[in-house]
Amino acid sequence: MSNSFMADWVYTPTVKEHFMNPHHLYDEDKDKDWQPDGEGEVGSLACGDQMKVGIQVKDDKITDLKWLTYGCASAIASTSMMSDMAIGMSLEQAYHLTPQAIMDKLGGLPEHKFHCSVLGDKALRAAIDNYLEKNHRPNPFKKAVAKIVCECKGVTDQDIENLVKSGQAQTLEDLQRLTSYGTGCGKCKNRVKDLFLDYRHIYGYTD
Amino acid sequence: MNRFVYLDNNGTTQMDPEVKKAVDEAENLYGNASSMHELGRDAEAQIEKARKQVARLVGCEEGKIVFTSGASESNNTVLNIFRDRIDDKVDGRDRIIVSAIEHPSIIETVKYLKSRGYKIDLCPVDRVGKVKMDELEKMMGKDVALVSVMTGNNEIGTIQPVAGIAALAHSYGAYMHTDATQAIGKVPVEMEKWGVDYLSCSGHKFYGPKGEGVLAIGKGAPFTPFMHGGHQEKGYRAGTYNTPDIVGLGVAAELAMKNLKEEHDKLWHLREMLREGLVAAIPDVVVNGPTEEKDILPGTLDMSFPCAEGESILLYLDLDGIEVSTGSACASGSLEPSYVLLACGIDVELAHGSIRFSFGRYNTEEDVRYVIEKLPPIIARLRKMSTRKLHK
Repeated sequence: MSNSFMADWVYTPTVKEHFMNPHHLYDEDKDKDWQPDGEGEVGSLACGDQMKVGIQVKDDKITDLKWLTYGCASAIASTSMMSDMAIGMSLEQAYHLTPQAIMDKLGGLPEHKFHCSVLGDKALRAAIDNYLEKNHRPNPFKKAVAKIVCECKGVTDQDIENLVKSGQAQTLEDLQRLTSYGTGCGKCKNRVKDLFLDYRHIYGYTD
Repeated sequence: MNRFVYLDNNGTTQMDPEVKKAVDEAENLYGNASSMHELGRDAEAQIEKARKQVARLVGCEEGKIVFTSGASESNNTVLNIFRDRIDDKVDGRDRIIVSAIEHPSIIETVKYLKSRGYKIDLCPVDRVGKVKMDELEKMMGKDVALVSVMTGNNEIGTIQPVAGIAALAHSYGAYMHTDATQAIGKVPVEMEKWGVDYLSCSGHKFYGPKGEGVLAIGKGAPFTPFMHGGHQEKGYRAGTYNTPDIVGLGVAAELAMKNLKEEHDKLWHLREMLREGLVAAIPDVVVNGPTEEKDILPGTLDMSFPCAEGESILLYLDLDGIEVSTGSACASGSLEPSYVLLACGIDVELAHGSIRFSFGRYNTEEDVRYVIEKLPPIIARLRKMSTRKLHK
């Protein structure tokens, strides 16, 4: 509506542009013959966000990428932006693509949207994992991106991710039992809890 | 053809031109209505006129009408009365029952009370949002101080059997409150006939000014103030009278009464026209809430579109000039979708993909046709983008 109080749109102009015209979206009519070399999926409909990413790889470079998503405007826009950034990257570079980098290119996102909707990078990693696995190759990237969260017990974000993903850690108590996190100095407790909840969300568990 | 179509009238409404005119005129009554001088008396007279108009609207001729900042304050005030009574051990009653789909100003307030040790029970609802009377009966007891059930739900439009619930509450000696915010102006509201002790509503939901509401208190119902510090409203609510908006609220009440039947029929016609059009144009839609005209607020249509997410639907519609709301988590700022839909037992995925269309006085058939033209390609597009496909 035209009035004299025109406010900004909900998200940045870049988010709006990607939301209105997403790039590299898989089109079930036109892309029937498009075959991915690796595929990854994260999130769930129950959580309100789900991404599926397919990549084509040549000489360890991502030559093409297509994606599908169920999610809000920032999920659509961030996956679209991720696709622009990832195509042309080496597998190693792509594996190190962070949600922060995607968000920066979008010109920012509201805080509560950042954790739940920027899942494109995780789906991309899952696709790279799948590509290497399919080709029976070792995965040198996985370890390299792991960050230690609990210094006393040497627990990494990937340890937490794997335990949540596999369903072994359904509760924080499970996670505590399996990793002994937080039993040293205890400084990591809040960070572990945040990561645990994020991964629960990413891997489609609802509470 | 680009239109602007406002279908978020359960969120708030546009002020009626007659209300606006009355508010503007009453701006001249700048005297403090508590003052004894002429300008004060003039303001007071207009406030008392509005009080009578509102009393007729809600069917509270015997009791008291207190002006508040809106239904949220009215709801908080009622819960606070019973907090005081429980603290004071007035009659030994110490439990409050509210329905699971009350407005956040009830739900969040009772959660807060619960966190401070008060006994709170949430009464479950059925698939279309109606309070399960058999469950409520089982929950009742001589320890219940207050039962609070809304007249009509803001999200899915369910009308509750308020008179029946009031009778049940009274049979156990408990008081009854209803939040009639969404029902006013859409269906008859008859507080005294229903046997309701407290009723809340808000002016801006029926074409009145924002920030002005009502708490109606039935004859003999206990009261303690929530806002202290002044003798306004006979000590029931402190704070300088907001004369223009109270006057506007009175005019809005008058209009709501005058046009009730006409407005109900118009809203229902537009709602049904949209429902039928969308069901015909979009495969696999789910209509949430009651289906019978007598069970639902006439202008409310809540639908779920499987495999399409609510915030995206809302924002694509917004780009086409159509304004709606959604039960999706993304729009709520939390990870949880609409608690109202979940309480009805509606699948979490359907809750994420829910859209509420709510009609009002200024909508037309042309608006409905425009939505029926614009929405189907949006849903088709989102479904094509979606990781999940129908029928797989």
